[in-house]
Amino acid sequence: MVIEVHNVCKSFKDVNAVRNVNLRVESGEAVALLGPNGAGKTTLVEMIEGVQLPDSGTIQIFEKTWAKDEHFLRQEIGLALQETRFQERLTVEETLDLFASFYHLGKKRTSEVIDIIQLESKRSTWVVQLSGGQRQRLALGIAILPSPRILILDEPTTGLDPNARRDLWEILEDFKATGTTMILTTHYMEEAEFLCDRIVMMDQGKILAEGSLNQLLDKFGEGDLIEYVIEGSFPTQEAKALSGVLTCRWNEDTGYGRLIVNSISETLPDFLDLIKITAVSLTSLECRRRTLDDLFLAMSGRHLDE
Amino acid sequence: MNSMLLRLVISQFKLFFREPGVVFWSFGFPVLMAWILGIAFASKGEILRNVALVSNNQASASTLPEWLLQKTGMAPAEFSGDYELVWEVGENHGEQARFRFRVMPEKAAMLALKRGQITLWIEGNPKTGLRYRFDPNNAESRLTYLLLERAFRKQKFVRQKAEVHPLTMIGSRYVDFLIPGLMAISIMNACLWGIGWNLIELRIKKLLRRMVATPMRKSVFLLSHGLNRMILSAAELLLLYGFVHFYFDINIQGSLQALALVFLSGYSAFAGIAVLISSRVQNTQSGNGLINSVTLPMFILSGIFFSYHNFPDWVIPYVEVLPLTLLTDSLRGIITEGIGLAQVIQPALGLLAIGGICFALALKLFRWH
Repeated sequence: MVIEVHNVCKSFKDVNAVRNVNLRVESGEAVALLGPNGAGKTTLVEMIEGVQLPDSGTIQIFEKTWAKDEHFLRQEIGLALQETRFQERLTVEETLDLFASFYHLGKKRTSEVIDIIQLESKRSTWVVQLSGGQRQRLALGIAILPSPRILILDEPTTGLDPNARRDLWEILEDFKATGTTMILTTHYMEEAEFLCDRIVMMDQGKILAEGSLNQLLDKFGEGDLIEYVIEGSFPTQEAKALSGVLTCRWNEDTGYGRLIVNSISETLPDFLDLIKITAVSLTSLECRRRTLDDLFLAMSGRHLDE
Repeated sequence: MNSMLLRLVISQFKLFFREPGVVFWSFGFPVLMAWILGIAFASKGEILRNVALVSNNQASASTLPEWLLQKTGMAPAEFSGDYELVWEVGENHGEQARFRFRVMPEKAAMLALKRGQITLWIEGNPKTGLRYRFDPNNAESRLTYLLLERAFRKQKFVRQKAEVHPLTMIGSRYVDFLIPGLMAISIMNACLWGIGWNLIELRIKKLLRRMVATPMRKSVFLLSHGLNRMILSAAELLLLYGFVHFYFDINIQGSLQALALVFLSGYSAFAGIAVLISSRVQNTQSGNGLINSVTLPMFILSGIFFSYHNFPDWVIPYVEVLPLTLLTDSLRGIITEGIGLAQVIQPALGLLAIGGICFALALKLFRWH
């Protein structure tokens, strides 16, 4: 076991940020802490990073604690905090050189990292002149400088456009392949799905559910979704009676409805026949697998991006 | 438009009043300073103007001359010392002036002038004519001369025309008094703004937090800031000295070892104060206020632009132990009086102690996150 969080609590004034959380991370595992803003993800990872102290409970990393083995743990953990603003008038290379010196690393490692984070063309550019995505890549570069055994990233792609996010994912995917244990916090379900083996869903300081994507969907999110918008009077009772339908909802005011079904291929033909027979007007139709956001909504009443 | 303006103004007011630190430094601090300085000076009457009566006659070197006693109307018993007399003249508020006369030989008067303990000296006597010696470029000295001469004239004292002999010798000019003070300010600012402000900024940017999440040693981090500013500050002082040496003919009269010791101890004192100031500040407004609350009183009190010996006597012992005063007096002593290592050891130890205490406190209080 690489990381073991046991009954950890943390409060700020009248807010219970983390409530009695238990988490175990195996070597080489990639774990996503997924939840909306205020879920307690950052507080939890900052306690794992040794940046904050828990009010109660214990955290062990490689069977060591921050109180006794801070210097050792700092060598082994690479991290990217939320919202770090690096010195604006240092170049990419100078910034990496500075942090490399903290780990007693030489110029060679700086060059390797610049290659990894794909900032060769920006090597001599001041930090202030970098785009948001490039700054996040620099933050990631600093995190991976010491070739850490554990990499902890707090919302590494928040605020980035889809292309920049995809670029960062590719770098992280390569890094994950090296066998590094990775924890990242995010409120993007695609990020958790793409990068992580295990997803820990958090809300209001508690862990709601955890497992691989398929485990979570199988356990908590049985069925696929057929979403539709209909003008006219939808025959709800007839729809509920269709083969393979688990639940059926329809809002008369908006016309929006959703069927949760065992299998789209089983139910969709009958559903379309029903629409044809009842002569209502179908203005929109979407069939998809249930997502983590659907799951999260069902469990907490909130969307992940709230 | 009006509604937009109103909303903008109201939201800015709200932001302002929701930062208690900012409110204090904007409203509380100026009132507090006015109160402290007002109590310290305004209620204690006029500034005491220190004047030397130069007598090179051994027999009269420690007693006030008869002519002065007659005209001030004071009996010898009223002196505060054998050779010291305080004379208050002027009936109307705007005319009042307080002079303190001290009898001393010329050499001692020159030293006192360099140290700012007197603003001018008088030679001769009314029968043969009085000679006033001061640097006309020093506004304080000039004012003291004008007030003193007027006071004497009002007492129908001086019938002969008095002479002014300007003091323009190197070491006795106002610029010789001023430059060491400016050097001391340069060291203070290098530390408080260069180190203190930098640390506050790093905390606000959360970079401090990021750096301590690496194996970097905190002591090395703080030391790096200290060293960096020390080298820059030494370069600043060298440049300043180079300029005043060639432009004003100012030379370092004393020992270079003493100068190095004073620089290092003064720098240590202000570096310690800077780290202490920055130890918990979370926003720039509070940082600005806190730094000003340290620098402003010392700017006024520590005898940079005018001598602190003009302040009421009860203030002087407190002023003398301020770090900027210790630094300025030591630099002034080395540059203009030519003092050596032995004479600066005591102030240097004082400065090192201030730095050490502040730094130790700062390490206890410092907020890295």
